[in-house]
Amino acid sequence: MTAPITKAGPGTSSRASRRASGVSVALPGKAVPRLLANVILIVIGLCFLIPLVWMVLASIDPKASYQTQVPQSFTLSNFSAVLTPELAFGPLWNSLLLSLGTAVITVVVAVLAAYPLSRYQARYNKPFMYTVLFGTTLPITAIMVPVYSLFVQFNLLDSLWGVILFMSAAALPIAIWMAKNFMDSVPISLEEAAWVDGASAMKALRVIVVPLMRPGIAVVFIFVFIQAWGNFFVPFILLLSPSKQPAAVSIYAFFGQYGAIAYGQLAAFSILYSVPVIVLYVIISRGVGGSFALAGAVKG
Amino acid sequence: MTAQPLVKHDAALPTGGPHPHRTAGRLGRALPLVPSVLLLATFLLGPVIWSFYGSFTNSALSGPNAKNPQFIGLKNYVDLMNDPVFPLSLIVTLVFVIVSAIIGQNVLGMSIALLMQRANHVVGSIVGTLVVAAWVLPEIVAAFIAYAYFSNDGTLNQLLALIGVTGPNWLFSFPMVAIILANVWRGTAFSMLVYQAALQDVPTEITEAAMVDGAGGVQRLIYITLPMIKTSISTNLMLITLQTLSVFTLIWVMTKGGPASASSTLPVLAYHEAFQFGDIGYGTAIATIMLVVGAIFATIYVLLLRSEDQVK
Repeated sequence: MTAPITKAGPGTSSRASRRASGVSVALPGKAVPRLLANVILIVIGLCFLIPLVWMVLASIDPKASYQTQVPQSFTLSNFSAVLTPELAFGPLWNSLLLSLGTAVITVVVAVLAAYPLSRYQARYNKPFMYTVLFGTTLPITAIMVPVYSLFVQFNLLDSLWGVILFMSAAALPIAIWMAKNFMDSVPISLEEAAWVDGASAMKALRVIVVPLMRPGIAVVFIFVFIQAWGNFFVPFILLLSPSKQPAAVSIYAFFGQYGAIAYGQLAAFSILYSVPVIVLYVIISRGVGGSFALAGAVKG
Repeated sequence: MTAQPLVKHDAALPTGGPHPHRTAGRLGRALPLVPSVLLLATFLLGPVIWSFYGSFTNSALSGPNAKNPQFIGLKNYVDLMNDPVFPLSLIVTLVFVIVSAIIGQNVLGMSIALLMQRANHVVGSIVGTLVVAAWVLPEIVAAFIAYAYFSNDGTLNQLLALIGVTGPNWLFSFPMVAIILANVWRGTAFSMLVYQAALQDVPTEITEAAMVDGAGGVQRLIYITLPMIKTSISTNLMLITLQTLSVFTLIWVMTKGGPASASSTLPVLAYHEAFQFGDIGYGTAIATIMLVVGAIFATIYVLLLRSEDQVK
């Protein structure tokens, strides 16, 4: 999933709707289209909602199936059944290691790269940024077979670090792009003062630029974290031992073994695994964004 | 907030600026780029080059050819052309991309964004949240939900039973319909967000002026709104095409590319050949073809943005 983050998330369309209501005042007789728009939107919303309802209802249903049904009795046993070290804690811990490692490396490397790209005019800037832009569109699925061969050659197969480095590299193009755009909006005047005082470029970056672009860094960090957390294909191919696999892969193995019987547990496990990214998404779209307007973050 | 993915910043912003350390050479200034260049070269450029090379070998998952593959020239590509599954997979991929992304996600995303301008604000944001929810979930979870929804005793057939229709076994009888609908459900949020942002940047004055001149709603859309957001439309189309081209998990969980190869897109086929039949070289040839197709789309995308001169 190449997930962009835009400011125009749900709930930010107030400007547009205000405008639309202004229009309807100017032209009476717009009430019917407006009602129609509401009805169509509600129908679309239901179509998107219904598949999700199954997961929520099945997770608290002791007799869950693939059908969407209101449980006759309420239970948390599905959750307690999967909340064991082997099923949930171990894999979730691995997910956390993978995502944190990937996010930290990506952010540090991207911010470092963004500094010269944002602050100096050099001949390599444009070609570099075009290469980065090109890289953001690279279909990662397409290179998984050659990546596997490469990992075999370098003896990196089944190595957590290998996977972290690969996922960082895959996230880097978009992260550099975002970091440079965020850095561009930090005024250079403060750094100039520091330079006059004899601070090195790296010190200026650490002491002045990074603190000023903290919201931007948070956005890049969360963005990369969400992608790494949800990634199934990369660890599925590159990690072999079950003890190293993240939740995405272990949940798939669980589904393969018990999917046809333990629907409720599958749903419960899915919810537990999804909650962190939902929370992070809410933070990123409501909180951190704020005044910083995630403009620079939009990829598409 | 602009519609375009690449935001042009204040012209006053100092790229270039004064040089902090005249003594430090140009090389020194480029030093912070080194870690990113190393990572990108090793883990992205490396596999891409390896992909082209590996597709000319008989590399295998196990056995003697695993560590010491032989160069076999164009044999993998010749085999691909003679393999009846490959053209089928190309068609399946094409149908999947065109119907689920270019038509499904794109048109539905645009429609939702347009309807939101008209509709009640609360309705709009609730529906927006639901659409985004399907997209924020981890892909494996979205895939399970879609599997449950389309399975024989799943929710879709339950709904059809309500109106007296006995639904088919979607995943088996109509696997393409199931994965296309699932991908529309999963990915429409992206297009919706892009178009929401784009539409907010269309100045009201212009559409209002057209309204005063007597242009109807459809006319305003075709002659004013759509031309004004055409860059967003083209970049969105490029990006969702590339994303849909690389969808694997959704299809893998729902149908495993089957029955037979009826829903086997190129990524699924490459996985199948490389890791289930153990023919890494053959799988790499398929991967290389995907890379070339992806590169063509990516080049168009970059050129489109360059014509807007948004890269500094």
